[in-house]
Amino acid sequence: MTAFDIDELLDSSAIVVCCGAGGVGKTTTAASLALRAAERGRKVCVLTIDPARRLAQSMGLTELDNTPRAVAGLDEAQGGSLDAMMLDMKRTFDEIVLTHSDPQRAEQILANPFYVSLSSSFAGTQEYMAMEKLGQLKASETWDLIVVDTPPSRSALDFLDAPQRLGRFLDGRMIRLLLAPAKAGGRGVMKVFTAGLSVFTNILTRIIGAQALKDLSLFVTSLETMFGGFRERADQTYKLLKEPGTSFVVVAVPERDALREAAYFVDRLGAERMPLAGLVLNRVHTSTVDGLSVQRSLAAAEQLDDSGESPLTAATLRIHADRQAAAARDGHMAERFTAAHPGVGVVQVRAQSTDVHDLEGLRRIGTELAG
Amino acid sequence: MSDFPSVKLHVVTGKGGTGKTTVAGALALALAAGGRQVLLTEVEGRQGIAQMFDTPPLPYEERKVAVAPPGYSGKGGEVYALAIDPEAALIEYLEIFYNLKRAGSVLKRLGAIDFATTIAPGLRDVLLTGKVMEAATRERRGGGRLYDAIVLDAPPTGRIARFLNVNAEVAGLARMGPVRQQADSVMNLLRSRKTAVHLVTVLEEMPVQETIDGVGELTKAGLPIGGVVVNMVREPLLPPDALAAAADGTVDTTEITRGLKAAGVDDGARYAEGLASEAAEHARRVLLEDRERTLLAELDRPTYELPLLTDAVDLSCLYALAGQLAEQGLA
Repeated sequence: MTAFDIDELLDSSAIVVCCGAGGVGKTTTAASLALRAAERGRKVCVLTIDPARRLAQSMGLTELDNTPRAVAGLDEAQGGSLDAMMLDMKRTFDEIVLTHSDPQRAEQILANPFYVSLSSSFAGTQEYMAMEKLGQLKASETWDLIVVDTPPSRSALDFLDAPQRLGRFLDGRMIRLLLAPAKAGGRGVMKVFTAGLSVFTNILTRIIGAQALKDLSLFVTSLETMFGGFRERADQTYKLLKEPGTSFVVVAVPERDALREAAYFVDRLGAERMPLAGLVLNRVHTSTVDGLSVQRSLAAAEQLDDSGESPLTAATLRIHADRQAAAARDGHMAERFTAAHPGVGVVQVRAQSTDVHDLEGLRRIGTELAG
Repeated sequence: MSDFPSVKLHVVTGKGGTGKTTVAGALALALAAGGRQVLLTEVEGRQGIAQMFDTPPLPYEERKVAVAPPGYSGKGGEVYALAIDPEAALIEYLEIFYNLKRAGSVLKRLGAIDFATTIAPGLRDVLLTGKVMEAATRERRGGGRLYDAIVLDAPPTGRIARFLNVNAEVAGLARMGPVRQQADSVMNLLRSRKTAVHLVTVLEEMPVQETIDGVGELTKAGLPIGGVVVNMVREPLLPPDALAAAADGTVDTTEITRGLKAAGVDDGARYAEGLASEAAEHARRVLLEDRERTLLAELDRPTYELPLLTDAVDLSCLYALAGQLAEQGLA
């Protein structure tokens, strides 16, 4: 297993994207990388999606205003800076609507139930908005490095696919078909309905009701001016991910499901020719006590139990045996990954005994990441 | 004896990484014990059930995945599984209610099915929960297998209240009409004594916080909360009197050296420091877990604990976990 050079990555990249399955510590990894880069002298912005409450507080992320804010408590000796923000998906979407349409139309769109649904619960909107925000941050040319945490998707791959899926969706045949009657006349929907022009309008009406179909048609019509823009923006951001200066860090824990996701992602990045920096393996169990095997520890503990001597020692031996066993298991999982992906560098972070929720903790993890 | 005798539909939620699918599987096995028929369903397209039971990916069709011990009648318990896919559910819905079998495939080609299940507010969730309801309310006459219990491996805690509160979700879509009617009957079942939403967590800050938030949201939505399942619980290894001291980093290394010697580890002095620092980390972890456990206790819900399994969860582990859930009264 070869490591990869975290400091070199942080010093030379313009964008670092942290991706992986849910619950593997992506946000903590992203925050630790960003803090380390900033304390090495770079101007850094970290875009987080859903940080733990106390971690968010420690980074000053108490206001949900969708704007990067300076993080207090940074060591600025090297001349770097760190801003952090938490993505507000709906607000980002609203802002796109407001930027791309006149006030009256914007108001119509924002109030439409289909828009509300699309902007707050469409599977993929969060991913799309994360990409959109990344594009905006990059375009502002305010930072040397942007570190992105990706949304807690069902699967790590959603992050790559969702923006295009949404683009395709808004561009799709279905939308075109729905647009046609609306364009033909003021009461297009009803016209289509009575004329029986289209099977699906008929059926959609049966399922969701005429009022809903009218809302839908209005929504689609009012968004129409923005469609081209959506697709184009999704494509642009996708390109941004392929530019030199962008690197992906895949985050996992030494468990079967998380590593399977990581492997999918590594393969996918390869197929898309997107630059993979390496794998960060969080929560790896280790033992610092060499020479005391699981068997020997347990045998010694049993002997103490039998004699009734030093329960404390027996307990510490059992704790050690558990750790040894966990370390062996984690090592085995990591080896399995490396056997299938020999070219991928792996950096390990030890399992922490407590949750990380302050800059000091992030700094410690940063040091561990850098090896 | 089950703590939830009136419940037919067990909804299992939990934050990612807490083992929600494993708990759902174990609960299904526990409920099937004694010769009962149980349906285990998933709705997120992850094929988690198939992986857990080591079967090929599940189609949109009820398949037997496991057996459980027979009851007095001698009839064996069985767990069936179904992966509910919103598109297939919509097509089935169109067939049943509108006899639109062929239209379904036309609609699919046009992208209308994808469209309807992704953009129409709440429609997707109505379809998913609607299918679960259909399985839960089957009667002797009419099609389909009859089940004694249904277990739903539901979306994660962060989204569960919204997922189940389909009424509110479709409010913007349909003030009347068939979807609204469907949503109303789903809601009636979900809010009844026949349903319980169980929350799976581990003893860590974020999952516990999400569990507390989730309980709040479910309560607000009028949905019945079942038990809290604390998964992956570590056995406390240190004697209680040594715990607090160990967490502060004061472990008696002289005592450990002496103890190691007594146990025949002659080079004990070499290991004492290392063992002490591992014990300190373990103690801090245990104290943190105790704090989280106290927070969970404030929820005042029946709580069940499952141990941390050192090896990957396989079928035999699943049966063992099922046994523990039954013993503690969740099933």
